[in-house]
Amino acid sequence: MKFVDEFREPHLITTAAEAIRRLADPKHHYRIMEVCGGHTHAIYRFGLKDILPENIELIHGPGCPVCVLPMGRIDDGLAIADDPNIIFAAFGDMMRVPGTHGSPLQHKARGKDVRIVYSPTDAIRLATCNPEKQVVFFAIGFETTAPSTALTLIRARSLGLKNFSVFCNHVTIIPAIRAILDSPDMRLDGFIGPGHCSTVIGCRPYEWIAQDEHKPIVVCGFEPLDLLQSIVMLLRQLRDGQAKVENQYKRVVPWEGNRAALKAMAQVFKLRPYFEWRGLGFISQSALQIREEYAQWDSEQRFTVPGVRVTDPKAAQCGEVLKGVLKPAQCKLFGNECTPEHPVGALMVSSEGSCAAYYNYQHRKALVPLTMSMSA
Amino acid sequence: MCLAIPGKIIEVASGDRSTALVDVVGVRRRVDLGLLQEDSPVPGDWVLIHVGFAMSKISEAEALDQMHTLSLLGETEAVLEEVTGYSVDDASEERKPGAESRVAGA
Repeated sequence: MKFVDEFREPHLITTAAEAIRRLADPKHHYRIMEVCGGHTHAIYRFGLKDILPENIELIHGPGCPVCVLPMGRIDDGLAIADDPNIIFAAFGDMMRVPGTHGSPLQHKARGKDVRIVYSPTDAIRLATCNPEKQVVFFAIGFETTAPSTALTLIRARSLGLKNFSVFCNHVTIIPAIRAILDSPDMRLDGFIGPGHCSTVIGCRPYEWIAQDEHKPIVVCGFEPLDLLQSIVMLLRQLRDGQAKVENQYKRVVPWEGNRAALKAMAQVFKLRPYFEWRGLGFISQSALQIREEYAQWDSEQRFTVPGVRVTDPKAAQCGEVLKGVLKPAQCKLFGNECTPEHPVGALMVSSEGSCAAYYNYQHRKALVPLTMSMSA
Repeated sequence: MCLAIPGKIIEVASGDRSTALVDVVGVRRRVDLGLLQEDSPVPGDWVLIHVGFAMSKISEAEALDQMHTLSLLGETEAVLEEVTGYSVDDASEERKPGAESRVAGA
């Protein structure tokens, strides 16, 4: 609890922590999954494990878009980028994710034209500024990010841009949760629901988790107090034998989501029949594909994509960690062969990846117990 | 990627009102308003921004809380990098010399 002073309203943190201790049945071992990688990052960063009683275990979910993308899709993207006529634009998060023959950043070092963009609209700008080149935008992300790509494609079409396309790797959160609930080796008591993804999809898409699977889920903000309050709400439901969708992050997440965003997504995307996820394998109707009306701006339609399925490096256990079966430090490569400086797997790259979060805030803290502090 | 950045609307583009000039901790950049068509913000409003798009309107207090959370998360630098990386209008004088090279660079 030594970090509590740095948080806003520390007395509320203390109150929430006490409520958790009161509500948690000492005879029960609680397994609660935080779906979103942003929450994983926050949980480690804030040292919430030190605040929670030992019988509350937080399981890290699949909500890190960089982490769940299988290596084959990175290879596919970089195969497109091999063409000297192409400018390959990607978010910074993707740049260090290893493909079979290196990351996008290493590809750039070999002389390929790979650029960081911070917004898909900047990829459009690259296209208008470089009319002699083809610009391919490497689109990743859950429903948080997909509407922005959709609007970008609508704009590219209305501009009649001939040298811009999107390599679409957008995935959807609900089928991933379903896959986790379907896996036989996973016992969960409830979910901390994603925050910003839910600003788009709202809370309704989670109702089946409560109604059919009888698991509580609480949509949650990113502050320490938000996370603790959400755990209080989950424990209350569990104590009372309830399973409901609750919205702890009401100040940002409307129950119905963002209709303009959902409309843009529906206009541009349809569901793929199936898509491969790192660690979770092929999940049906779990990813977005660009509709025929926008085929001209779909990199997979315009360029040759090898579509080869690549397995992760054998020793790396990213899949087990992504599924929540293993903790990051239980992977054989963790902290020795695989570090944030030299990542073998994607989970060690992104700040939302559980391995990077665990490494930066738990592992290093253990190595240097006296100098590590929570302040930035 | 899941963390959103709070910004204050300074000026909504005249004409189609599809973009706005937004201030994020002193950095001014243009963000897309396409996702807020049903509840368009006006100057002085606060929004949460994700990959250059305003995603939702929030209160000023919530914006300050969000910035505080980002700083607790050690993300202030990443926020500034991202926001500085967004393009501004080509004709605008607000483009800082470093911004373009960062977009084009590593």
